[in-house]
Amino acid sequence: MQEKDDIQQEITSSMRNYSDIDPAPLEKAPTGIDGFDDITRGGLPRGRPTLVCGSAGCGKTLFGMEFLARGAAEFDEPGVFVAFEETPDELIRNAASVGFDLAALSAQGKLAIEHIYLERSEIEETGEYDLEALFIRLGYAVDQVGAKRIVLDTLEALFAALPNEFILRAELRRLFRWLKQRGLTAVITGERGAGTLTRHGLEEYVSDCVILLDVRMAEQVATRRLRIVKYRGSSHGSNEYPFLIDRGFTVLPITSVGLEHEASDERISTGIAQLDAMLEGKGLYRGSSVLLSGTAGSGKSSIAAHFAQASCARGERCLYFAFEESQQQILRNMRSIGVDLAACLEGGLLAFHNARPTQLGLEMHLALMYKTIRTFRPRMVIVDPISNFMSLGTQIEVRAMFTRLVDYLKTEGITAVFTSLTSGSAIDNLERTETEISSIIDAWLLLRDIETDGERNRAMYILKSRGMAHSNQIREFVLSERGIDLIEVYTGPEGVLTGSARLAREAQTREAQLDRTAQLELTRVRLEHKRHAIEAQVAALHAELAAEAAAFDTALKAEQGRDARFSEDRDRMATQRKKGPFAARQGKGE
Amino acid sequence: MPGTADEGFYELRLYVAGQTPKSVAAFANLKRICEEHLEGRYQIEIIDLLERPQLAKGDEIIAIPTLVRRLPEPIKKIIGDLSNTEKVLVGLQLKPHH
Repeated sequence: MQEKDDIQQEITSSMRNYSDIDPAPLEKAPTGIDGFDDITRGGLPRGRPTLVCGSAGCGKTLFGMEFLARGAAEFDEPGVFVAFEETPDELIRNAASVGFDLAALSAQGKLAIEHIYLERSEIEETGEYDLEALFIRLGYAVDQVGAKRIVLDTLEALFAALPNEFILRAELRRLFRWLKQRGLTAVITGERGAGTLTRHGLEEYVSDCVILLDVRMAEQVATRRLRIVKYRGSSHGSNEYPFLIDRGFTVLPITSVGLEHEASDERISTGIAQLDAMLEGKGLYRGSSVLLSGTAGSGKSSIAAHFAQASCARGERCLYFAFEESQQQILRNMRSIGVDLAACLEGGLLAFHNARPTQLGLEMHLALMYKTIRTFRPRMVIVDPISNFMSLGTQIEVRAMFTRLVDYLKTEGITAVFTSLTSGSAIDNLERTETEISSIIDAWLLLRDIETDGERNRAMYILKSRGMAHSNQIREFVLSERGIDLIEVYTGPEGVLTGSARLAREAQTREAQLDRTAQLELTRVRLEHKRHAIEAQVAALHAELAAEAAAFDTALKAEQGRDARFSEDRDRMATQRKKGPFAARQGKGE
Repeated sequence: MPGTADEGFYELRLYVAGQTPKSVAAFANLKRICEEHLEGRYQIEIIDLLERPQLAKGDEIIAIPTLVRRLPEPIKKIIGDLSNTEKVLVGLQLKPHH
């Protein structure tokens, strides 16, 4: 803190001393250094010296080297590297290790390396002198290649070699004037001193632009950061920007870009038809961010792999950041569930980036991810899993990191898929995910284990999905060699049933169903029987009735016959009575 | 004093950049010292870097004026106008360091 204050004071005082403000608009020389030109809005002040300071090993020399190499190769601005410490051979070797061929540039006459050898023990001084010879050498080298750029690495070596600091300081002032007169865009490196930007106060001479490089260790992980301490006459990013040194210098202008991104109406398939169906049948919004959270083995990576495959099937590049498994492991595992990522990989549409989270600091990871994304230009990015980063920083840091990553991906219209591991029982872990990132993501698929009856089954539901009427159903998902299958879970009085329980319950239901059908059939048959029986009875009764009717008929006929006979008889009797009534009466009584 | 000096031949180079007062003074001082201490066994070559800038690299010259003792070896360099004779003699190892 004290040190920071001191630096601040140092800057303010140096600004007071040299306030020769140039009213002309500041022209800038692009460095070509990844990201640096963004934060400086165009590069270094053209025709002016810039001080790049930092502790040993912070990357000062590399910054200067890249500034020259890119200037010569990309901007047609030849340069001179003035090395006070390293020999040309060492420089060429160092540059080659980060991908710059200084020897080739030198052979093309675009770059000159001027090594200034200083050996204190060989130098004796008597009386007045100046550094005119140094100027002549610099001028000669500059003229040789027609240099527009120059790097002095590092002028402080002069302080060790020349005993007369009074002369040296006067000559340094003259040197900076000379650099400006020659119109050279210069990078002067300086070793960081205790409480000052540079050990010998070089910042006193450079009033235009001061850049501070820093390496900090946190949890045994080094993070490099760059800060523009001042840049006269120009706006610039004022944050500390992490930077990487791998193939050259990469500064990462990672700021939260805000909420200005376009929101796409385009929908893309998740690669799982049933999941698409749950998302209005259309899938996810392009450029949205999706969180797949769940316990270990709940199928997060498998779903992510489906997303990746679907992306490649659309002919769109997908970048897979794997922080837990190796590429081969993922390929093998996904092959077992019928997802052929190897084909996507061969087709060049899929790329893996595997790393252990503990390998780098949070910032560096983010930086590296940015760089990879910028190089590969994917339409979809998968981070599997993000939960491993939780341990790399405080909650605020982690949240800040993801906000920046999500914002960046959104601005680029890249669909982002994050998986997050939550431990089975600990709800606090889930909560943690929640507070860290849930608010900045658009869709959240929660994968759950349901443990019952001595087995563990997977279930999934959509916890949220912004901007669409998504399904509220829990689905059981089954992984097979044909991929993911989402099955409607059995919901009944016993609650949600999955796996064998679901199958058993379904079978039970089926059986019950069967039973009922059989019962019904039986009833029907019985009814039929009964109907037959009754019909038979009715027929019998009919027959009886008919028989009785027939009998009656017969009787009636007989009676009628008798009546007829009776009246005949009566007539006969009447006739007879006339002959004898008694006899006729007796006859009737029979 | 000459007794302590190396008896070999002295090959000296004086680097200057134009006829500046410092360069003129340095040459005058050098000439005098050589006449006094190295008579007959020295050679002074004056290199004007304004005319031959490419030569500055060879002897790793940064300051003007610079006197280089190329012989006898090892190479010694003395920067400045050589106004302090004692220091020049020490620098050329014509006098022991004290």
